[in-house]
Amino acid sequence: MPVVKTDEMPIQSPSDIVMARQAVRSIAASMGFSLVDQTKIVTAASELARNTLDYGGGGVLRLVHIEENPRKGLQLVFEDHGPGIPDVQLALKDGYTTGGGLGLGLGGARRLVNDFDIASAPGQGTRVTITRWR
Amino acid sequence: MERIPILRMGEFLLVTIQVDMHDRLAMTLQDDLTNKIVEYGAKGVLIDISVLEIVDSFIGRMLGNIAAMSRILDAAAVVVGMQPAVAITLVELGLSLTGVRTALNVERGMEMLRRELRAARELYSEDDEDDSATDAGEHGAETEE
Repeated sequence: MPVVKTDEMPIQSPSDIVMARQAVRSIAASMGFSLVDQTKIVTAASELARNTLDYGGGGVLRLVHIEENPRKGLQLVFEDHGPGIPDVQLALKDGYTTGGGLGLGLGGARRLVNDFDIASAPGQGTRVTITRWR
Repeated sequence: MERIPILRMGEFLLVTIQVDMHDRLAMTLQDDLTNKIVEYGAKGVLIDISVLEIVDSFIGRMLGNIAAMSRILDAAAVVVGMQPAVAITLVELGLSLTGVRTALNVERGMEMLRRELRAARELYSEDDEDDSATDAGEHGAETEE
């Protein structure tokens, strides 16, 4: 997968979630995503960045611009070294939460993108990778 | 501390969210609005989100909480101006904002609030008339039928 450009930013505070949204919006717009597609990937990023902060104890976001002729993709990787998710399938279910939220973050983010991958193990942290293709 | 301004217009409170809110700011708005409803005895709350570029589950939950708290405090709440791309995304995310009244724009939202207030007042005044009629011992044509 030819990578055109990679950026990395910290997710350590609530204002980093805002920064992440703005960074994703800006790169998605520059890659020519439609307004609806921009909104979807920014919303997914917001959900996942909050998970990284609230459940993972903070981490990083990598923004990767991919070009796989003829299509372009925006890949976002959220990585933390927090407690991990014991049961990933359960965590993906709508309405399931351990933090008092609506339980829509992971499952909702998955519906808003084309590719979704999650790797997590107790004590090892969590890595969520999403891609939206243009 | 950063705050979103709440404007008072007669019996209504108006909020225009003009910044990309971080989570604490959203929670502060929720608390501030609830306090202002009580302080002013407001009968309606209008929240304009036309500038918001996304509504995620956190902001969605805040809007739901504001609607529920307003209802409990005897005020109507209406959310106006959602961008089409935001509405599409919100539904795919799985959030349908159940219990949150919405209108297309500020004008229609205000009309909705006024109509509700008028309907509530008419209901109360009918009750009052019934009470006074009974108190005075009057028996009108309607009651005799």
